[in-house]
Amino acid sequence: MIAKSVIKTNGANTPEAANDDAAQAAARRQRIRSIIQVVGMLPVLILICVAFDLATGKFLTARNIAIVAQQASINIVLGAGMTFVILTGGIDLAVGAVLAVSAVTAVALSLTGMAWAAIPIALLSGLVLGAVNGSLIAFFRLPPFIVTLGAMTAVRGLARLLGSDTTVFNAELPFAWIGNEYLFGIPWLVVIALAVVALSWFILRRTVLGVRIYGVGGNPDAARLSGIKVWAVLLFVYCASGVLAALGGVMSAARTYSANGAQLGTGYELDAIAAVILGGTSFVGGIGTIFGTLVGALIIAVLSNGLILMNVTEIWQLIIKGGVIVGAVALDRYRNKGSART
Amino acid sequence: MGATALRAPREDVRPPILEMRGISKTFPGTKALRDVRLDARSGEILALMGENGAGKSTLMKVLSGAYQADPGGEILIDGVPVQVTNPQVARDHGIAIIYQELSLLPNLTVAENIFFGRERARHGMIDRAGMRDDCREVLQRLGATFGPTTLVRDLSIAERQMVEIARALHTKSKLLVMDEPTTTLSARETDRLFALMRQLRDEGLAIIYISHRMDEIYALSDRVAVLRDGSYVGTLDKPEISAERLVRMMVGRDLAGFYKHDHQNSRAPGRPVLEVEGVTDGGRRVHPASLTLRSGEVLGLAGLVGSGRTELARLIYGADPMVGGAVRIDGVALTRPTPAGALAAGLAYLTEDRKAQGLFLDMSVQDNINFFVCDGDARTGGVLNRGRAKQRAFDAIKALGIRVDRPTTNVGALSGGNQQKVLLSRWLEAGPRVLILDEPTRGIDIGAKAEIYRTIDQLARNGVGVLVISSELPELIGICDRILVMREGHIMGEVGGTSGTAINQENIMALATGVTL
Repeated sequence: MIAKSVIKTNGANTPEAANDDAAQAAARRQRIRSIIQVVGMLPVLILICVAFDLATGKFLTARNIAIVAQQASINIVLGAGMTFVILTGGIDLAVGAVLAVSAVTAVALSLTGMAWAAIPIALLSGLVLGAVNGSLIAFFRLPPFIVTLGAMTAVRGLARLLGSDTTVFNAELPFAWIGNEYLFGIPWLVVIALAVVALSWFILRRTVLGVRIYGVGGNPDAARLSGIKVWAVLLFVYCASGVLAALGGVMSAARTYSANGAQLGTGYELDAIAAVILGGTSFVGGIGTIFGTLVGALIIAVLSNGLILMNVTEIWQLIIKGGVIVGAVALDRYRNKGSART
Repeated sequence: MGATALRAPREDVRPPILEMRGISKTFPGTKALRDVRLDARSGEILALMGENGAGKSTLMKVLSGAYQADPGGEILIDGVPVQVTNPQVARDHGIAIIYQELSLLPNLTVAENIFFGRERARHGMIDRAGMRDDCREVLQRLGATFGPTTLVRDLSIAERQMVEIARALHTKSKLLVMDEPTTTLSARETDRLFALMRQLRDEGLAIIYISHRMDEIYALSDRVAVLRDGSYVGTLDKPEISAERLVRMMVGRDLAGFYKHDHQNSRAPGRPVLEVEGVTDGGRRVHPASLTLRSGEVLGLAGLVGSGRTELARLIYGADPMVGGAVRIDGVALTRPTPAGALAAGLAYLTEDRKAQGLFLDMSVQDNINFFVCDGDARTGGVLNRGRAKQRAFDAIKALGIRVDRPTTNVGALSGGNQQKVLLSRWLEAGPRVLILDEPTRGIDIGAKAEIYRTIDQLARNGVGVLVISSELPELIGICDRILVMREGHIMGEVGGTSGTAINQENIMALATGVTL
């Protein structure tokens, strides 16, 4: 997270005002504060993990951690795309539907002679759908919520259309290894999710594009007047979200050898948004980190897994999950009082 | 506490309405206020001065209950110690604060705003008629030309201020704090506001008035209290007020060559770098306007607020769509009428509203300075050159004397003057051929102003063409080689240069108002 100074110093730290000791103390305090903000929800995640382990005695095992990470992986990928979008002050409600289109496309193609093109074309479908959303938002200045709300419905229809409204299934799925095999003992799903996080971090923190994404979200007027092509930035983030949602679709299809256009991915957009917000990203844009989103997605996965281990019924799982999401964000805002901007 | 009773009474027999004593405020890492005192009496206008960052706003926030002072200080209202723990307590004690950013709800009517949070009810129903009548009374007393049912969003800034004042009067406030009320007002609106403030003072209100404008302080205040670096420096009574004394109190030193008056001698305007021909937005705010700016020249653009200066600048820069006309930079016509196109051609524009349209408040000083140039500095694939960015930030901080601990500090944490320097640095680093500065010193302190004047002079010496828009005539007169004057969207004329008209306030105001003084 961008290290926010919680309090306006009013420039009172003149040379004569702040002697060396005070200046050092201030610097130390600010460093601690920025560490707290970078770490964000991590303590909450650790706390929940430890609590579940104490309660069940079998949470913090290598096997279970691998399962949790695997369950979180698709949401991490969707959340990464959502982070880009929300950093610009937008929202992408269509990711669940795009995921379904991609999964149906990938499985359906794998049954044809063009099996080699299953993944590229699935990803391309996400890029195209993201580009449509992005164009409507960037060029026609339509509100992201409206555009992607419409897309959520229309793209869902498209997913059912592509799969002839049935479940497409391929027991011989050529890319099933993605969902079921390991790289040096780490599930491929997790490897992909971490690679997406790493790439997103690089784009956001180490490229000109990243600076512009934060700029457009933080102050769109200033960005435009600083010579930034705001439309290009917006187009990029919705394309990125579309491609990553499509990647999520490939991962999902690879895991189950199948895809159902009507059901797959419904509600995933909400989990992705929850992960981003849990990660401390400002809903109005300009503030947030990909690391926070990773932690946020893990918290959601850990809750699901832990509650199942504790034999909590599904009804109570929902109630507890919702409560924890709101409670955790409330705690975060309270802790960062004065700098909260969501 | 016991000291209160023993304190020798001043020659003025009226007890101060407000007395603040020993007020300190520590933020993590900084001491924003140190043992500050301040007193305000009914029937006087007290000006509160100090550079940005001197602690004026912090002090007023302590008074309003927005901040809690450190233990040890006390606030007395009508001689009684009061714990101002939150803004409601301050309001209950008759303290009303009108901030620079007005706090009205634009979609509600004037009456609804004045009564907001204290709506009057009859039989459990909102009593609109009663509120309207009450409201009309207050508005009449203030000489307002709008009625209680007008929507606030249809009012000008000056009129909105009047609504704020009406609200303060209506809550029976005894002390009115006004934080730089005139920065966004035209000269005529300012005069009207001052007349109103004098009227309220004569009716027995105490007014604390924060301003940077020396001429306003002379015109208006009965006493001036000065803060510097979070400490109380002193108070001057009306006969003692003079510019030199105030400047010395505020900055702790004399400001030699404040406006860089000597610059004309050593600068030689070269060939035209910016040529504007018949630029217009279709006649809505700007009628076809033409001007030529030469290399090494500082050209002023004067006019009352609303005369179309900013609108013209935005058209030239491509921020708003141009309906007709042409802009040439270095003799080459701008083909893309967008900020990106203008910047590529070497034209940069410093916006008048640095917070809303210039800075990224949640980003660091370094990122703000490098926001534009990071693209040109980047390695292949758009990867940031962080070493270069750090160096640029470091150099800019040093060159302009930006007061900041580290380049990674958020720009939102800086004072106005330092923020403006950061924004200016963004364009200095871009190395423009033409730089348009729109109100470059609005709301910033004298020290920062001097830095900015020095920078403008330096730019011109290096051959940059600088176009300066300002509402402060002494500033324009001090730094410009010649000045164009706008009125109602037209460029009315020129003073200085080869125009044959001398650069002085009378000639500019005559063109700006159409009235010969």
